[in-house]
Amino acid sequence: MLHFELVTPEKLVRSEEVYMVVVPGTEGDFGVLQGHAPFMSTIRDGSIAIYKADKSEPETLAIRGGFAEVNEKGLTVLAEHIG
Amino acid sequence: MASLKALKIRIGSVKSTQKITKAMKMVAAAKLRRAQEAAEAGRPYAERLEKVVASLASKVTVSESSPKLLAGTGKDQVHLFVVATSDKGLAGAFNTNIARLARRRAQELIAQGKTVKFYTIGRKGRAVLRRLYPNDQLHAIEPGDLGKLGFDDAQGYAQDIIDRFEDGQFDVAHLFYSNFKSVLTQEPTEQQLIPVAIPEVSADAQTGGAAVEYEPDEEEILADLLPRNVAIQLFRAMRENAASEQGSKMTAMDNATRNAGDLIKRLEIQYNRTRQAAITTELVEIISGAEAL
Repeated sequence: MLHFELVTPEKLVRSEEVYMVVVPGTEGDFGVLQGHAPFMSTIRDGSIAIYKADKSEPETLAIRGGFAEVNEKGLTVLAEHIG
Repeated sequence: MASLKALKIRIGSVKSTQKITKAMKMVAAAKLRRAQEAAEAGRPYAERLEKVVASLASKVTVSESSPKLLAGTGKDQVHLFVVATSDKGLAGAFNTNIARLARRRAQELIAQGKTVKFYTIGRKGRAVLRRLYPNDQLHAIEPGDLGKLGFDDAQGYAQDIIDRFEDGQFDVAHLFYSNFKSVLTQEPTEQQLIPVAIPEVSADAQTGGAAVEYEPDEEEILADLLPRNVAIQLFRAMRENAASEQGSKMTAMDNATRNAGDLIKRLEIQYNRTRQAAITTELVEIISGAEAL
């Protein structure tokens, strides 16, 4: 499972184990699964899709401003606004 | 000696003052808890952003083409002091301490021949600094209730400051606020806001030696993150300030309540003595009257 954290300046919104997250990067959407190579990207305004399990219905959240970082611990998305 | 009636009125008025300060203390305690929680909730974002900016900045070499927010203007003649205080008083030395630190630093810089301009957030800080440096006030903001400030507000202030920086109105910006250490101690703090101070990269901030891929490249991400970093620093300072204000207010009101208690005790002793003296005089008058018969 992929460890996923979603953080805003106001609080830590999510910290959970998920199957996959699709992030709207500035240069195109990208999906992150467990074991993704270290990666960093700014994000464009759009919606982030969280897949709790394989082939499950994604949960989408609108996010604005920020960036995403993938390291060996998992995926961290820092967004300025959510919803 | 004050008359019995005057003393009684005095006791009554101190008692009602005590009631007010006690209520204010309780309100401050409740608000403090919320402000403290908010300050803590904001930490993960600030910490992560700081780490990322630090690791990016260590990879990028500072040159002419670097973002100005990182490299600075190449001068340090004009300094901007962003002084964050609150709009309301009755919080002990909270506002005074921040203003005093800003004033001391301003004097140092002016003695070195630099120019200092002020950008105040909060009425109380502005009042002090405007009296001392009436011609160097760049802008003043009245934020209202510090506890209700959101990230949008901080971002608005940050954008305004960055615009002024790009306009060439100043070379270096310092931020003054009060760091919340505990309920009893709040420390007035100075922090460099622009150019962005690069925190030291700790070993665990590195991504374990693996090559990180960047999209777009490092420089562009950094250019995007630096203004956000200014906003988040400002936001964090406001949060710290909100907690400090309530902490300071709580302590001040607790002292005021205790002082009122002492005063009431003293006044009551005086009241009782006066009353007894009056009774004694009356008795003496009656007895000596009876003896005379």
